[in-house]
Amino acid sequence: MIGLLKRDLALAIRAGGGFGLSLAFFLIFTALVPFGVGPETGRLSEMAAGLLWLGALLACLLSLDRIFQLDWEDGTLDLLATSPLPLESVAALKALAHWLTTGLPLVAAAPVLGILLNLPGAAYPWLIASLFVGTPALSIIGTFGAALTVGIKRGGLLLSLLVLPLYVPTLLFGALAATRGAQGLDATTPLALTAGITLGAAALLPFAAAAALRVNLR
Amino acid sequence: MSSIWEYANPRRFMATSGALLPWISAIAAICLVVGLVWGFFFTPNDFRQGSTVKIIYVHVPSAIMAVNAWLMMLVASLIWVVRRHHVSALAAKAAAPVGMVFTLIALFTGAVWGQPMWGTWWEWDPRLTSFLILFLFYLGFMALWEAIENPDQAADLTAVLCLVGSVFAVISRYALVFWNQGLHQGATLSLDAEQNIADVFWYPLITVMAGFGFLFLALVLYRTRTEIRARRVKALIAQERMA
Repeated sequence: MIGLLKRDLALAIRAGGGFGLSLAFFLIFTALVPFGVGPETGRLSEMAAGLLWLGALLACLLSLDRIFQLDWEDGTLDLLATSPLPLESVAALKALAHWLTTGLPLVAAAPVLGILLNLPGAAYPWLIASLFVGTPALSIIGTFGAALTVGIKRGGLLLSLLVLPLYVPTLLFGALAATRGAQGLDATTPLALTAGITLGAAALLPFAAAAALRVNLR
Repeated sequence: MSSIWEYANPRRFMATSGALLPWISAIAAICLVVGLVWGFFFTPNDFRQGSTVKIIYVHVPSAIMAVNAWLMMLVASLIWVVRRHHVSALAAKAAAPVGMVFTLIALFTGAVWGQPMWGTWWEWDPRLTSFLILFLFYLGFMALWEAIENPDQAADLTAVLCLVGSVFAVISRYALVFWNQGLHQGATLSLDAEQNIADVFWYPLITVMAGFGFLFLALVLYRTRTEIRARRVKALIAQERMA
């Protein structure tokens, strides 16, 4: 299991592509926001927390189809399916690797990008905490979506269509925690609910993802 | 003879549904015509909302059926996953576009009703938003069916999507209440209430509701029969090729 995780991490970092690209996308998204809504700092700081969450979500979404696609194409997935490691663990590990290479850098980058959008000072701890707690859910739900569409050629758009409605509760609670933090209110309830979604998704979705993978490998 | 699983046999399903379909369609047509004419022309206007209150005869039944269609797909998907009856998977496939159209009707009539009453076509209210999300779920379900060529594989994957989607749809529904309080009124109709709304409105409304229910049943049976026939044709063509 550790070996598979190490392999995925090494591939993500060395093979180029996913690792830096989603960070760059996050940066570009944040840089484009003022062009869309105007540069007034007051309005920007009001929306900053929600926009950063949205940017992180979209950056996460972009890298989803790489989770299984390469392994599917070169047959690694077939080997993994026949290995003694249960497919559920494979799915969970893939989600973990995706989070470590995509979600965690986004969490680290968010405060820097918060400066660009004039995020109020009180919001930083809440933004980081909510992203840290919420992005694993995005990776896990995304892994499920990627497992569903792995057999489809050019399934990227379909993957987005399937995954985005599933992202609604995570985005809602996560952004709510960050926004409440920005307004100086207590944000522990939405933060706890975000964590609840992450834990629930981590407990259940690897099984759904493994079921989908089995169907696709049949 | 008494088991419902008899209808997992496509031949039996075709025979029974073929015999029932004209009756169900006729009941749906009668209920809809009677209920809608009654509701539109023979009920008084609401003293505050005027004649716009009559949208209720389309809005409420379509919204109820939009949710129930997803429930029916969930049950059909579960039956497919557990017992692998093809008719069940095809029924889930057949119900999706019908449910999507009901969702669209509910959203559209709601907008038309909301404009004069709330002064806005759209409001990010929990009920409205969760219907929009339900619409997206229908779209995703149908798109996944279309994208996969092998029908068994498509049935399996859409069933998994339907199960997971249902869980997330319920979570979203209650998450949205946290997010925004909204304008839409709470539940007005409930089974255990003595009287839900005044009888003059209630009788035509329940007639239309029955009409929408039978309409849904008729459309789903009709579409399922079409799917079964399409699959038979495919099998025949494959046989011809082999011979």
